Amino acid sequence: MSAATILQPKNPPVASLACFHCHDVCPDDKIRIEDKHFCCDGCKMVYEILNTNDLCQYYDLDEKPGISLKNRRDARAYAYLDDTEVHEKLLEFNNGHTAQVTFYLPQMHCVSCIWLLENLYKLDAGVTHSRVNFLKKTATIQFAPNQTSLRKLAALLASIGYAPEINLGDVDGAKRPAMNRRLAYQIGVAGFAFGNIMLFSFPEYVGLDAATDTWFAKVFGYLNIVLALPVLLFSARDYLTSAWHGIQARHLNIDVPLALGIVVLFGRSVWEILTHTGAGYMDSFAGLIFLLLTGKWFQQHTWQQLSFERDYKSYFPVAATVKNGDAETSVPVQRLVPGDIIVVRSHEIIPADGILLKGSARIDYSFVTGEAAPVKVKSGERIFAGGKQVGESIEISLTRRVSQSHLTQLWNNEAFKTPIKGHATVLADRAGRYFTGLILAFGGGSFLYWWLVENNIHTAVNAFTAVMIVACPCAVALAIPFTLGNILRILGRHRFYLKNNQVVEAFSAFNAVIFDKTGTITNIAQQRFEFHGKPFDAQSKVAVRSLTRHSAHPLSRSLYESMPEVPTASPEHFEELPGLGVQGVVQGKKVKVGSAAFVGNNEDANTASGRGVYVSIEGEVLGYFEVKSRYRDGLDEVLDYFRSLRRPSTSRTHSPVWLLSGDQDTEASRLAPFFPDRDSMLFDKSPQDKLDFVKKLQRHGQNVLMLGDGLNDAGALRQSNLGIVVAEDTNNFTPACDAILHADEFARLPRFIRLAQSGVRIVNRSYIIALMYNLTGLSYAVTGTLSPLVAAILMPLSSVTIVVFGVLMGNWQAKRLLRQP
Amino acid sequence: MKIMLLLILISLLLAAGFLLVYLWAARAGQFDDDYTPSVRILFDDTAPEAEEQHEPVITGEKAKN
Repeated sequence: MSAATILQPKNPPVASLACFHCHDVCPDDKIRIEDKHFCCDGCKMVYEILNTNDLCQYYDLDEKPGISLKNRRDARAYAYLDDTEVHEKLLEFNNGHTAQVTFYLPQMHCVSCIWLLENLYKLDAGVTHSRVNFLKKTATIQFAPNQTSLRKLAALLASIGYAPEINLGDVDGAKRPAMNRRLAYQIGVAGFAFGNIMLFSFPEYVGLDAATDTWFAKVFGYLNIVLALPVLLFSARDYLTSAWHGIQARHLNIDVPLALGIVVLFGRSVWEILTHTGAGYMDSFAGLIFLLLTGKWFQQHTWQQLSFERDYKSYFPVAATVKNGDAETSVPVQRLVPGDIIVVRSHEIIPADGILLKGSARIDYSFVTGEAAPVKVKSGERIFAGGKQVGESIEISLTRRVSQSHLTQLWNNEAFKTPIKGHATVLADRAGRYFTGLILAFGGGSFLYWWLVENNIHTAVNAFTAVMIVACPCAVALAIPFTLGNILRILGRHRFYLKNNQVVEAFSAFNAVIFDKTGTITNIAQQRFEFHGKPFDAQSKVAVRSLTRHSAHPLSRSLYESMPEVPTASPEHFEELPGLGVQGVVQGKKVKVGSAAFVGNNEDANTASGRGVYVSIEGEVLGYFEVKSRYRDGLDEVLDYFRSLRRPSTSRTHSPVWLLSGDQDTEASRLAPFFPDRDSMLFDKSPQDKLDFVKKLQRHGQNVLMLGDGLNDAGALRQSNLGIVVAEDTNNFTPACDAILHADEFARLPRFIRLAQSGVRIVNRSYIIALMYNLTGLSYAVTGTLSPLVAAILMPLSSVTIVVFGVLMGNWQAKRLLRQP
Repeated sequence: MKIMLLLILISLLLAAGFLLVYLWAARAGQFDDDYTPSVRILFDDTAPEAEEQHEPVITGEKAKN
């Protein structure tokens, strides 16, 4: 090879070839059908399946529909679906000739996916019907169990790239509750009654009754009662029961004054109509309930595709492969007992603690401990549940049941047993107490005045009920769902997903911040490589880049991408050895890239430095690339923001910021610029340690915001007052938390927090507006002369003002805070 | 003017009918997924292909008869 070819290598024509199916780069032009090239046999197979079944429209509907099958799981992985117990749990319906199942398909991403999955019957004659819910990424499939099976369906979906995700949480415990449509019915009934009552109240509004027959007034009045009855008994039911529970628990929540208003409004209207002393306020009553329910619906908007309640069960497999002599059977993990010997293949998760019997185990415990480097385990040593095997298949003899394993025990901690956070927000509760006091003071005062001073019991009752009606905090009850719900949606559009309105509010209260390290402040996707060893010339770079280009291993891929300026050549005799590395002949020289043992560096092979990628050319070891994690963009600004926050109390100290890592302290010096105070960095913390640390801070009166990512943070996230998960892919596993932040938006976290805090300020201002309306209304009410017309105008007007004010202010703040710098 | 009563009854029945339709639709899950149907409606009708697929089955049965 001359130097010229190195400097100006012929860019092989295959470089531009994109796979027809998944659009990845094809390593060569060998895999093809007619003029269509494929990157691997998997993609070619999917194309063949679709082509023979006349489903190639798949490629026309959206631009890049195909899913790479490079990380496909073994078809044997679905053997457990033949188990009858698993069947019963997964099938929603089964009568012998029709069965129904809903699969979660996280790979679903475009219009083509919907189309293909709804045409599943063309691929399997046993499928009678399939329907996709794109937002939830689920497919509900009806099939004939005598023609096909659950296992075949799962394998079919996996073979076309949509591997169903079935985990222990799906089959353990109760079936998922059906969707709650009660609120939709309640709104329907309230809306129906509202419209009709308004119609029947129309003569009253324009004063027709007095002029014409009073007979109409009576009929309309009775009709209004009939229409309002279901509103009180069905639509408003939740408010009444919630208030009742509040009173029983001696806790004045916002629903207490609300229910008081509702009941009095209804009661007085019925009384007026039946005694023919007035037209009642049924229109206001139905309208109020309708608005309240609409607010509830608006606030109930949860992120359907996200789950905030996951525990280890969403991460654990449903079944394990148990070895019995030479036979391998698939057994649901709940039935695994100590003494069973299980086979764990590459990238499978170890379901229970055990002892390694056979094979070379490299266990990735990143989810359990936060430590990113895989741990080597020797035969006879213990392996803990939750780890993921990287490399060849291993055999493990189990020592514990799944529910008693080291990791799963974390979930027995009391933090997971108590539903710490209630339903109503602190803001609402405060308003509840204040309004109950206000109403009782004004109502009682005017009642006593009219009764004792003026000796007029009739006006006294009138004034009392009028106060109840006017001061009813409906506007307040609307301010929270609409204002905070709107902010929740805005943040969701910016990929910061909050669990509910309480979380928006919690951002105003925290005064201590804890960061996890791996995955939270380090960016796994953006690794840096530093070469250690002999001088590394341009030719070697070409060799390394050419080889790694053809490997699917994540380290190879990031190594390849780390040298974009280096040209590539096509290697001959390319070979990838799983768990070891890649080798091939580049420009006439035999090159190996991979682990220390693979390239022939025997000194390092047995040391713990498993994080390097070694290179040898013609048998000579040149050195290794050290993998350096990179910190997320904007980490500096985020830390500065948290440090600049003063504690809300009179104390002058700044919010303490901590780093809590499961890793060893090797990175401490690199983190020093970010955490100048060495004592604020705590390393080598187990999941339990992290939880205890949060508890300790809380005992010292601190309100803790925790940022984490993995299962190892689950306890701390749950215990903290505000747990945020930073996720690269929000569809992947996230532990139970209050909010999920997309990793790309990490730098904007301070802006998001400012917006959430402004939400609470907007609600407080809404309260002031509501109070002004209330005082206006009260000035009528205490005199006992509240006409239905005034009530009918004043109540909706104040409600609408609050809703519009809250939403517009939220939008304006969002525009101000979230616009790109 | 008492004829108004009849009109009111009819209008109420009509409105109640709409309420029932809404409740039925909600119960049938029509408001559960507000995104996928908007995509589904744009797919080409694949009915002719489905017929082709079924035809051999029918002829097979006819042949038996």
